[in-house]
Amino acid sequence: MSLGQFLLVAVLAVPALGALAVAAVPRDRAARVVGTVAAALTLVAALALFANRGGWSVYGPTPPAVRPWHSLDLPWVPGLDLRFHLGVDGISWPLVVLTALLTLLCCGYSLWRVPAGGSGRALVALLLVVEVGILGTFLALDLVLFFLFFEVVLLPMYAIIVGWGGDGTDAAAVEARRRAGRKFALYTLFGSVLLLVGVYVVVAAAGTADIVALTGGSQLSRHTQLAAFVLLALAFAVKSPLWPLHSWLPDAHTQAPTVGSVLLAGVLLKMGTYGLIRVAVGVAPSGARWAAPVLGVLAVAAILIGSLVCLAQTELKRLIAYSSVGHMGFVLLGIATLTATGIQAALIGNVAHGIITGLLFFLAGAIKDRTHTGELGELSGLRETAPRLSGLLAFAAIASLALPGLAGFWGEAFAVVAAVESGGPFWITLAVLAAFGGALTAAYLLRLLRRVTHGRPSRVLVGLRPGLAGAELAAWTPLVLLALAVGLAPTLVLGVAEAPVHALVEVLR
Amino acid sequence: MSMAQSVDSVALLPAYLAAGTAVLALLVDLLLARPAATVATAATGAVATAVGAAAVGAGDERRTFCVGPDCSYVFGGRAALVAALVALLALGVLALSGPLLRAGGTPVGEFCFLLACSMTGGVVLGAAGDLITLIVAVETLTLPLYILVGLRRGSPTSAEAAMTFFVVSVVATALALLGAALLYAVTGGLHLERLGVTLADRPELLDLPLTGVAVTVLVAGLAFKVAAVPFHAWAPATYDGAPLPVAAYLSTASKLGGVVALLAVVQFALPQGVTGPVLALVAALTMTVGNLVALRQRRTVRLLAWSSVAQAGYILAPLGALALADADARTGAYAAALAYAVFFVLLELAAFAGVVALRPANADGGRLEELRGAARRHPWVGAALAFALIGLAGLPPALAGLFAKVTVVRSLLDGGAGWLALVVAVNAVIGLAYYLRFAALLYAPADDGVAPLARPARAVAGALAVATVLAVIVGFAPQLVLDLAGS
Repeated sequence: MSLGQFLLVAVLAVPALGALAVAAVPRDRAARVVGTVAAALTLVAALALFANRGGWSVYGPTPPAVRPWHSLDLPWVPGLDLRFHLGVDGISWPLVVLTALLTLLCCGYSLWRVPAGGSGRALVALLLVVEVGILGTFLALDLVLFFLFFEVVLLPMYAIIVGWGGDGTDAAAVEARRRAGRKFALYTLFGSVLLLVGVYVVVAAAGTADIVALTGGSQLSRHTQLAAFVLLALAFAVKSPLWPLHSWLPDAHTQAPTVGSVLLAGVLLKMGTYGLIRVAVGVAPSGARWAAPVLGVLAVAAILIGSLVCLAQTELKRLIAYSSVGHMGFVLLGIATLTATGIQAALIGNVAHGIITGLLFFLAGAIKDRTHTGELGELSGLRETAPRLSGLLAFAAIASLALPGLAGFWGEAFAVVAAVESGGPFWITLAVLAAFGGALTAAYLLRLLRRVTHGRPSRVLVGLRPGLAGAELAAWTPLVLLALAVGLAPTLVLGVAEAPVHALVEVLR
Repeated sequence: MSMAQSVDSVALLPAYLAAGTAVLALLVDLLLARPAATVATAATGAVATAVGAAAVGAGDERRTFCVGPDCSYVFGGRAALVAALVALLALGVLALSGPLLRAGGTPVGEFCFLLACSMTGGVVLGAAGDLITLIVAVETLTLPLYILVGLRRGSPTSAEAAMTFFVVSVVATALALLGAALLYAVTGGLHLERLGVTLADRPELLDLPLTGVAVTVLVAGLAFKVAAVPFHAWAPATYDGAPLPVAAYLSTASKLGGVVALLAVVQFALPQGVTGPVLALVAALTMTVGNLVALRQRRTVRLLAWSSVAQAGYILAPLGALALADADARTGAYAAALAYAVFFVLLELAAFAGVVALRPANADGGRLEELRGAARRHPWVGAALAFALIGLAGLPPALAGLFAKVTVVRSLLDGGAGWLALVVAVNAVIGLAYYLRFAALLYAPADDGVAPLARPARAVAGALAVATVLAVIVGFAPQLVLDLAGS
């Protein structure tokens, strides 16, 4: 086993064993420390995947479109065509690191504050299990294994929402978060069973589940590709989520505890967009070309509708949740163009949204913890009473509205550019509408800032302590720095993604 | 042709062991009159039967009671799997009966005797090579259950359940026998393989209306036993009225028996072109109706009963692809149905064991509300029950259930029945709604008014632990089950 393979296994095994260890340690605080250490080790292993990656050139006359830096391929269940096939390349690595980072920040945050509802120990264990599922999805190079990890996330996340979410213990609040959790679980399972059917449509036709061999779709007939793409795209559209399948998202994000919202918005949604790029587009390119216009229209609809709904929101977390619909719309628009620029825009948009929305949810959580309300109308004048918090919120909101120089800019701008480059009146129209949606994004985020930071301090803000806790700063600083770093040097993400994206676009032709 | 038959006693060893267990249990009860000794005898006999079946099955296929090339008793890999599984399920049910038997009110000797008799039917069933052996085996499996279901003395619901079960079952048996007789009239044969060959060689027989009626009636009779829609109405009432361990036996061993019987006639005897579409429709209806009605259940055992109706739909689903599939895909479909059944009985037994462990001795399943917060008071038992429920829903971390669903979907798509795969997929979502409600209820904060539960009996906890550990093992190594089911 080479070092790279060891690291691949470690990235999954460390959080899995960490979750078991957390469950086994009886003392609550010690268990949370153990979990945080496991999350930190996972991040180290994820970063180390980059350090000793192999070269990019030595391959046969017709190189496969997916050329992982490291890969590990073991038989598991031959009767179901399931192999334990892991690998990492430039498309998945940034997301792997983002996942490991956000989980570490969430575990660290849980050291300091555990939301009401259950023990911190169980919360940290569930966070680690969620991490295993997400990382496994990004690393899997076998369709069935991909599906398996896709499903792993479902129940732990449900438990986090129902167990620790919402505010208040009165019957109405309990019922609200239970309904949100149930909606999340059922919607997401609906997506993943379609994924299961789609996966086996491909496997039954091609006789293999190996993503490396399947990418390019050369083994599948056009008819199979269309069927597979429809099923897979629907599955990922629920997860991403793509309008009109998004309605689980606002409830789940609003009801989840802070750490749950951060993981949900930060990385869980990316499983959908990543799957769309790696599995749906990669395995069924003919289907993708056929469905691209539909996908593009839905993506632009998501941008516009998400933004318009945001303009009418009066609750902080709900507004941020709906803003995710719009932002993921840009990511999907990039994918729908099926060009190198578009897919690169989607990848960097994914990472940027993870960083910025993670930060926004942390801040929203901090505000709700302090004031016990998320109503924008009751939060006016935050700048006067808590200048640092309000400054950070302003920073995150401006990053989210895609100001050039911050992380959000590249994904949104280049998604529009890619649509323009695709040419033709159809894509130009979509580009114009998306750009208009971008302007709406700016409008609702600035409205949010005006409502929250300006004006006289409202009653709930009187007596608010202006300072920030050390744990909060520790959790937020990395995200602030990354938002700046990715904004100033997008090559951090695009550099590693360039080669694999070009290889992928090559087989799409 | 000589009509004298040589009897291969090695092939019959598992059946001897099972029948011997029944007789011995009765004798020990008569002579020693000590409940513990009777139960120990029955348990030892069940273990011996399982071991015997595995040992005989490890060798080559053995045939006996042969007339020419046709044999009435074929003990191969599948027969061994079914026999061992039924014996182990009987053992598990015996463990679950601990609190019930200790509470008094139930005659121990009769209970063990009847359970062992039923086990004998299940052991023979997998090896049945002709329709009469098959139907007699199914009846031997079912007959003792009429009494076992009504064994809760002084309980009108129990008696009512036994009556419902009896009437429905007798009708089903009569139908199955009628089907067998009509098939004999058409083809002049009763051996499963002979029937298959005759119907394949002389396709003009298929055009006879009589053949259609015979196939329909036979399949309908057996569909009663698996509680497939539209022959399912007896199951919820019977399960709910029966003592909990007997309900567990009904939904595992008895259902497995029905599945094996159906599999035998569909695989060997009946024309796939006729049975395939019928079974596809039955499977789709069964899972949909079962899941939709389960959504509204408020009683624990009724919920499990309706869910097990739905699960029967998943078991039958792979057979729905038979009409379109090629030979390879057909073999895959039979293996998938059996594999799903194996995964299912394991998880179902664990679920019932969990309910028994969380309920007072001698109680029925009660309302779901009575289990609110149970996992907070009994973390291990609660977790095992939640694990089993999640497995029945087919989700990680209970990988056994997930792989079961994957097996079914895969075989359907291999067989070209994509629409049925989508039906299975949508049903998995509906199913999650009530399994999740049940599992979440276990972890919900408890009301103060609920009396604290006693410690679960050791035998029940043991059965639950073994079933859970097995489910975890086959969850990580599902190939074990797939290999056994495919052999």
